[in-house]
Amino acid sequence: MLDQDSGLSLTIARIVQRLKGSSLHSHLERQARLLALMYNQRHRVRKKLAGFFGCYYHCQVSLHKPEIKLESLKEDIKDFLKTSGWEKKLQNAVYSELNMFPSPCHPAAPPEHMKEPLAYMRKAQGSWEKRILKSLNSMCTELSIPLAQKRPVSEQKELLNKWNEMGTDEPDLSLFRPVYAPKDFLEVLMNLRNPNYENGEQPSFRNHLGLIQVPLKVKDIPELKEEFSELSLNIGQLGIDDSAQVPPEFFENEHVRVGQKVLAEQDSAAAQQYVRQGSPTALRADLWALILNISNQPEDILYYEQLKSNVIQHNLLVDSLIYKDVKLTASNDDYYFVFEDYLYQVLLCFSRDTSVLEHFTYSSATPPKSYIRGKLGMEEYAVFYPPNGVIPFHGFSMYVAPLCFLYHEPSKLYQIFREMYVRFFFRLHSISSHPSGIVSLCLLFETLLQTHLPQLFYHLREIGAQPLRISFKWMVRAFSGYLATDQLLLLWDRILGYNSLEILAVLAAAVFAFRAVNLMEVTSLAAAEAVLADLSTLKVMPLLQIFLFATVT
Amino acid sequence: FQIMAGKVKWVTDIEKSVLINNFEKRGWIQVAENEDWNFYWMSVQTIRNVFSVETGYRLSDDQIVNHFPNHYELTRKDLMVKNIKRYRKELEKEGSPLAEKDENGKYIYLDFVPVTFMLPDYNLFVEEFRKNPSCTWIMKPCGKAQGKGIFLINKLSQIKKWSRDSKTSSFVSQSSKEAYVISLYINNPLLIGGKKFDLRLYVLVSTYRPLRCYMYKLGFCRFCTVKYTPSTSELDNMFVHLTNVAIQKHGDDYNHIHGGKWTVSNLRLYLESTRGKEVTNKLFDEIHWIIVQSLKAVAPVMNNDKHCFECYGYDIIIDDKLKPWLIEVNASPSLTSSTANDRILKYNLINDTLNIAVPNGEIPDCKWNKSPPKEVLGNYEVLYDEEMAQSDGPDRDLRGRSGQSTGVKGNRARDSGKPVLTTWK
Repeated sequence: MLDQDSGLSLTIARIVQRLKGSSLHSHLERQARLLALMYNQRHRVRKKLAGFFGCYYHCQVSLHKPEIKLESLKEDIKDFLKTSGWEKKLQNAVYSELNMFPSPCHPAAPPEHMKEPLAYMRKAQGSWEKRILKSLNSMCTELSIPLAQKRPVSEQKELLNKWNEMGTDEPDLSLFRPVYAPKDFLEVLMNLRNPNYENGEQPSFRNHLGLIQVPLKVKDIPELKEEFSELSLNIGQLGIDDSAQVPPEFFENEHVRVGQKVLAEQDSAAAQQYVRQGSPTALRADLWALILNISNQPEDILYYEQLKSNVIQHNLLVDSLIYKDVKLTASNDDYYFVFEDYLYQVLLCFSRDTSVLEHFTYSSATPPKSYIRGKLGMEEYAVFYPPNGVIPFHGFSMYVAPLCFLYHEPSKLYQIFREMYVRFFFRLHSISSHPSGIVSLCLLFETLLQTHLPQLFYHLREIGAQPLRISFKWMVRAFSGYLATDQLLLLWDRILGYNSLEILAVLAAAVFAFRAVNLMEVTSLAAAEAVLADLSTLKVMPLLQIFLFATVT
Repeated sequence: FQIMAGKVKWVTDIEKSVLINNFEKRGWIQVAENEDWNFYWMSVQTIRNVFSVETGYRLSDDQIVNHFPNHYELTRKDLMVKNIKRYRKELEKEGSPLAEKDENGKYIYLDFVPVTFMLPDYNLFVEEFRKNPSCTWIMKPCGKAQGKGIFLINKLSQIKKWSRDSKTSSFVSQSSKEAYVISLYINNPLLIGGKKFDLRLYVLVSTYRPLRCYMYKLGFCRFCTVKYTPSTSELDNMFVHLTNVAIQKHGDDYNHIHGGKWTVSNLRLYLESTRGKEVTNKLFDEIHWIIVQSLKAVAPVMNNDKHCFECYGYDIIIDDKLKPWLIEVNASPSLTSSTANDRILKYNLINDTLNIAVPNGEIPDCKWNKSPPKEVLGNYEVLYDEEMAQSDGPDRDLRGRSGQSTGVKGNRARDSGKPVLTTWK
């Protein structure tokens, strides 16, 4: 077992390493260099700072000091960082990193363990990936379309002109099929087994009667109550205590005031804590950007423009998959059809963004490799395909759609989505043992239902309507496209606030609990689907609150 | 002996299911026009006949119709503008603070209709055109609907060409049906997702004097299916510029699931999230304001026949500075449903309208005070009640809020600088 100190220093080392490569670091460096230029003592300052903070920051402390006192340098730098706001930015960056990475494991553990500690899960993910890639390659061969191709200049020009209205394009997509749909993925998850675990007992009420048959640890209601303590009945919530009947003086006004203060302080950690009670609509865009540590600097905009030019120059097969997905899902959605063009602008760029490859260090997935024509198997000619390593599936564009209500500037929208993906969404379509991974979410959902609504669970199982078959698609999409947008945003507030996707499973169970009476009367899977077909009138926060805190267990 | 004595007898000359289903669900009885009827949902042609000097007839106390006799004072494009101009001048003459102008001579509170000329005033229009020759203008026939006959011009020669091409050789036409108005085209509309849209809001008026009107909370935005571009080459492309569903329906991209429509709550959510709460509230307050002002403008000339109520379709465009503009008012908003959601909305609209106009669904007595209890309003909320505004003290703020998912709040101080107390009386 690691002791506190070495665990901490491992974490610090890792964070420092990552921050050195970040834009924050280059900002600070630039800033410091500018100031240091005013003084000739560059070299001496540099040497003294080499050990400070483990990082390499030249900082001239105060413009008013004619010379630097090397003795007080450390304190002066600390003060400077504080007053100039850089300390806060550093804190936010560090906080952001802590959120993303799992706690350091044993120093001798191989890198796969950071991706996924359980071998059988890694194996299952590997097989799944092989299947997807095979499907993609065969589509490619069938249609005789290369995976990637440079566009002729005339086509490039046309696309550039049409960049803001790609929705009006009507390419022939009839031959393209989505590489997979959520229900295909569910079949794979259902067949997951831990080879080290022998459950010799006959299926009975004691056992798990659901579709997921792997023994992962999931939280029970007392643990969830503790985890989501800010959602309890005696704490004000947006989504409940801001409704028409409640005078705003009771909760809403003060909550908005606090939110404005959090934004003024630009404190990521405080923002994350704050949104657990929901975010006011007017502050949400800024709060999420603060939590995700997105500031839309000039270099970020430049990076997005670079991706855009990649899109213009090269055509990828996945582009057609993206078009098809948008046309099938968001274009037909009452809420999101308006933003169709933004979705292309985000997703086409996303496919080409190699910085997304970084997330594979902590994801159980591995980016698919493809080989230059004729050089199959030769590693020097291997490329990741698509460049960002993420093959979109049916419904993928719905991860982006709700964000269009918050951000209308394409590069900012892009960055927010990318960050949301590498923090959360990737876990919803990869096989892992992570508590926020889809497998755990499914198991959590089924366990909650079986424990607290056993009669309903049993009844649905008997009529061939395993609950997970219905709720799976909700969770994979993080409920996007199923809930009304304002409710969805309140739900995603809590995902950000708790840095966990478990709330999706809890909500799914709460929905079943809410419609339990009707569900008890159905006699087929189709009828059960019909009862749960329309979630657009649901109010998520009351459902969650009642399920967690007001249901007799 | 009339077994059916208690049931309302209805007639309509508009064969729309959203209407008929509502009548039938109330157990009302369908009769023919020449029989004894209590409730007639008529088209605008029919109302003309009922109240015309030659063919008209007197309505009895137990008969109600869904139009005011001279609704065209509000619903014809040229008369609406004329009445608003007159209203403004009157307020100016009285020295009312509402008629205050800014340093450019524009009304601060009453500038909500784009500059419009009635085409016999060709010379006045030319003068205005020459002041800003880069502007685009929209030509609209006064008496038509659904986007028929509308086109855009940005050169004087285009009007001359039009007048040459059309049968009448001058702008003074024989029948008023062919009269045109020309309005400054709003070429900086607020775009969402790069698309242009307009707002359709339903407003029910039960009486003009005292003015009592209700706004339907569930209005919607109509999006153009094609990307908006102010480029002059697309002036002829009606799909870019006109948001009428009747026109959009024939575009290639028209979608039959959502019909290019968004709810007003989506609009509010989007604007609050991207622009902030204050400016969004201000926008919706202004929208309510311009609706009430337009009704006040025509109230003095309206024939406030007690047999009448009317449900108007207001068309409003928001520009990119979040200023709302009143484009026109429709007396007969379309009851055709383009999508399933649409059908539900219009069904509920008629339902709530009937609940207010025909209390308890019983045989009406047009002498009633037209003050329905709050419970029957359904999705309507009181927009303006002149009687209440006059009788109550200054602390009563009766403006309806477009209370969407964010909820209807209590009194909120008006921050637009208008004199709060006096304006609403």
